[in-house]
Amino acid sequence: MAMIPDRSDLAVLKPFRMQGAPYDAMYHVRWLAGIPLRWVVLLMLLWPTAVLAQSGMAMADTFAALWRWMPFLVTQGFLFNILISLFSMLIGTVLGVVLGLAQISRVRPIRGLSWFITQLFRNSPWLVLLFIVLLALPYEINILGQTFRIPAWMKAVFGLSLPIMANISEIVRGAVISVPSGQWEAAESLGFNRRQTLYEIILPQCFKRMIPPWMNWYAILTMATPLCSLLGVEEIITLSRQAMSAEDNQPELLIPFYGFALVLFFAYCYPIARITIWLERRVSVKF
Amino acid sequence: MTTHPLGEPIIVMTDVHKSFGELEVIKGVSMTVHKGEVVCIIGPSGSGKSTLIRCINALNPINSGSITVRGIEVNDPRLDTLALRREVGIVFQQYNLFPHKTALENIMMAPLKVLGEDRDTVAKRARSLLKKVRLEGKEDAYPGELSGGQQQRVAIARALAMRPEVMLFDEVTAALDPETVKEVLVTIKELAAEGMTCILVTHEMGFAREVADHIYFTDRGVIVEHGPPATFFDEASDPRTKEFLSQIL
Repeated sequence: MAMIPDRSDLAVLKPFRMQGAPYDAMYHVRWLAGIPLRWVVLLMLLWPTAVLAQSGMAMADTFAALWRWMPFLVTQGFLFNILISLFSMLIGTVLGVVLGLAQISRVRPIRGLSWFITQLFRNSPWLVLLFIVLLALPYEINILGQTFRIPAWMKAVFGLSLPIMANISEIVRGAVISVPSGQWEAAESLGFNRRQTLYEIILPQCFKRMIPPWMNWYAILTMATPLCSLLGVEEIITLSRQAMSAEDNQPELLIPFYGFALVLFFAYCYPIARITIWLERRVSVKF
Repeated sequence: MTTHPLGEPIIVMTDVHKSFGELEVIKGVSMTVHKGEVVCIIGPSGSGKSTLIRCINALNPINSGSITVRGIEVNDPRLDTLALRREVGIVFQQYNLFPHKTALENIMMAPLKVLGEDRDTVAKRARSLLKKVRLEGKEDAYPGELSGGQQQRVAIARALAMRPEVMLFDEVTAALDPETVKEVLVTIKELAAEGMTCILVTHEMGFAREVADHIYFTDRGVIVEHGPPATFFDEASDPRTKEFLSQIL
């Protein structure tokens, strides 16, 4: 028997292999949650040091300015961002579930229309949607003789809820089709009608699977709320700019102030991301 | 093999045709199943056996011909599907239990939600059905915690909970580990012995021979040959039947 050498000097063409992970709809939270906790702690500790390390304006002054504005930025600014994100998520989820169920309707026109709406809002730039909502909605409305002004932040909430709606719609549709067809058949053979099958058998199975991607979109939404500053909503970025101009617009303030906003968003979204990934793991083990 | 005399006809199929698009999978099948009879349908894969029994409870609509279940015409556009499905229980190859419900809840769901029966009555019936399929003590187990054979027995109990007149078994042991096949077959045999009308699509020839009153052999969408097991297995006349039997026996 001839010996086959396991090493050879001949050029060998190895099969081509793609590098990296496949496409992942939960990329955002997975990346965020992948940051080790000790780095986060380290970052939080080093951040003021980094601010102080900046020279130019007296270091102590820079930090003192930020320190002065911090309570204002958090309570008036960041909490407002959170509020906007919560309202947008609420509206987006309610509309998205309805739209997602419409996407699996047996009535063709309903299915087609809801698919179109989903694709339209899922693939439009968020900022464009925000501006359209800002300009398309009236400045004030008249209800029973009373005139109400619609504040910009309400329009922003609505504008941000549109892409969320479209993405939740896709989550719902995807979760429903991921249930094996045998479940539909079994329910049908036991005499369940379509509505009962959907609400008693299919959706309860989907619910757990929908939570992680839903939280993923919440984290993305929260990080998108600074877009509202372009609509003049007084959220953290708008207020940071105002605070800096009150401090004579010194360029040394830019990195500390915007860096502070970044730290806040990170501190809020990081635990959400960790919980999301933890939940995802639990759900996938269960099935 | 049971020896009771033939009862009234329960299922009557006349010249049933079924196509999926261009592909005709059932080409004129006629068959009558009487009350209390156990019928096994055997044949090579792709011969339309599973499709045929799915047509009986309208999971697959037929293109032409007629199927009646206790007088209900399945091929009727105004078919009352619920009335039909109360008569016909089906057990699938992949069990298809509802994974988010316990064994007991799986059995109770349809009588509660579909028939609107009283919870206590249904619970009592469900427990006795679990006992019947020898799964006492598994009431609160989720399907994921049960073996394939146990899940399949829960699925049988679930179908029985609707008190059907006929039970359809669609290759119910094909996905099971060999060691759990027997427990499922025993359950089916007991059902048959109690006089339940059963139609089985199966590859278990020994079981078919033992339990069936009548065997149908299908190939390429038609019934090639049928008869009582003794005659069928020992005196098959059609060359296609002979070839099939020689391959698996």
